[in-house]
Amino acid sequence: MTQRSVVIIKVLLWAGCLAPLGLLVVQAFGFAGGLGANDVETILNVCGKTALNLLLLTLCITPIRRSTGINKLVVFRRLLGLFAFFYACLHFLTYALLDLGLLYPLLYGPTAAGTTPGEQLLADIAKRPFITVGFTALVLLIPLVITSTRAMQRRLGRNWAKLHRLVYVIAVLGVVHYWWQVKSNTDAQPLPYAVLLVVLLGVRVHHWLVNSKAAVPPSYQRVEPPQAREKTSH
Amino acid sequence: MRKKLDTGIKPSEITPEGSYLNRRTLLTAAVAAGFVPSIMSNAATLPASGDMFQDVKKWPDSTKEKVNTFQDITTYNNYYEFGTGKGDPAANAHTLKTSPWSVQVSGEAAKTGTFTLEDILKPHSLEERIYRHRCVEAWSMVIPWVGFPLADLLKRFEPTSNAKYVQFVTLNDRTQMPGVRQPYLEWPYREGLTIAEAMHPLAFMAVGLYGKVLPNQNGAPLRTVIPWKYGFKCCKSIVRIHFTDRQPQTSWNMAAPQEYGFYSNVNPEVDHPRWSQASERRLGGGLFAARIATQMFNGYAEQVASLYTGLDLRKNY
Repeated sequence: MTQRSVVIIKVLLWAGCLAPLGLLVVQAFGFAGGLGANDVETILNVCGKTALNLLLLTLCITPIRRSTGINKLVVFRRLLGLFAFFYACLHFLTYALLDLGLLYPLLYGPTAAGTTPGEQLLADIAKRPFITVGFTALVLLIPLVITSTRAMQRRLGRNWAKLHRLVYVIAVLGVVHYWWQVKSNTDAQPLPYAVLLVVLLGVRVHHWLVNSKAAVPPSYQRVEPPQAREKTSH
Repeated sequence: MRKKLDTGIKPSEITPEGSYLNRRTLLTAAVAAGFVPSIMSNAATLPASGDMFQDVKKWPDSTKEKVNTFQDITTYNNYYEFGTGKGDPAANAHTLKTSPWSVQVSGEAAKTGTFTLEDILKPHSLEERIYRHRCVEAWSMVIPWVGFPLADLLKRFEPTSNAKYVQFVTLNDRTQMPGVRQPYLEWPYREGLTIAEAMHPLAFMAVGLYGKVLPNQNGAPLRTVIPWKYGFKCCKSIVRIHFTDRQPQTSWNMAAPQEYGFYSNVNPEVDHPRWSQASERRLGGGLFAARIATQMFNGYAEQVASLYTGLDLRKNY
């Protein structure tokens, strides 16, 4: 893959990642069908699903690398991961600022309602399991974002890979957050996400089982000549 | 083997569509020619979809709050028989055949049997009631329904003293309703009320919206409106009314009994297990509208609280 094709693909990925937000902005002004009757819910759903989609996409990169041999694909993973965090932040901010109206007492004065939006937010995070899970996923993304630079990768060395395995936990929390939010247990909308997640995690478990030294008895382990050592990826 | 719900409609009772449409044309022509008084023609026939009802009185106790737009009310619906997305019913409900239509009345009542839609509607004069509509998902709208008091209809069937509850059942037809091929809920959709709730003056049978015939996605051709309860307590596209001495099964209670109770009165003090019911998003206020505090019984406490004196509303959610 040439440097030029990497740049072209990154430009396309940027466009693709910004498209859902762009569409929301257009709809907020009344075009392309508008945001619908429940505008805040539409924004929450689009940002949440886009975050999940991008997160699952980052989990697809390694299996594709391993099966196609195109190792260069890893250069796109950080871009997708950071955009996943971007949309997760938008999702949370929409909830806190637009849905709960966190800033409204400051803007419009205190309301007659029992709890303030700030109290409601803290109560939701503590008391509502699906929100606890979602908020945890968001918080766990922060160390991954902070250590996403190449400088950080160098500084952390082998620990970088260990830290970034958190993405598996985050993905599970994200899917569970979606599943616990829908009204009916038989609502099929979160199902494709759960299935894809199981497949992606399953592929990794399989790879680990097949390739870990513990799994292969010493007499069957290949003795590799030094220069042919496999490039490790986590 | 699961007992199939007997709709009790004999083939002989189904009016062939051709003659049904002809009757409407004849009747409209008869009105125009002055042979039939207009009030009877208003009640006896449903105008074609999209036409306005005539002679609809305005109910004096309608809420003065801002009414949601026709667009919002007809494109944001929970009608899982047509899909679980909010926009699915508007996209898919065109396959619902609302004519000919019959309602089977059964159980503890003197006058049971199968009634055509015209028989159901004939004696009732229509009024417009603007009600608040509060969904269990914590959003709400203000909707201008057209219809008549549910009690007036139910009294015609002369329920006996054994009738402690009324059950309503929605159409369950795989060919017209793509969603019933999936196990989203126990089909047919069932709902129920105590007889006191069903006979309450606020309980309403709606046949229209914004002065026009109910769009399919809103539960055409007739649906209940129980404004002091969460929206799922209403029953859309009713094909059966059953009077019973036992608390009837209701579909959402069967799906998640710890989340959706028989009463499901709007109550800011009793949370849904997974989210708070203390506030709601009133749709149509724009992106920067604050949530509003949910009121006890959706703001109809003055009229309905007496139905529940002594009842623990936390236990009987």
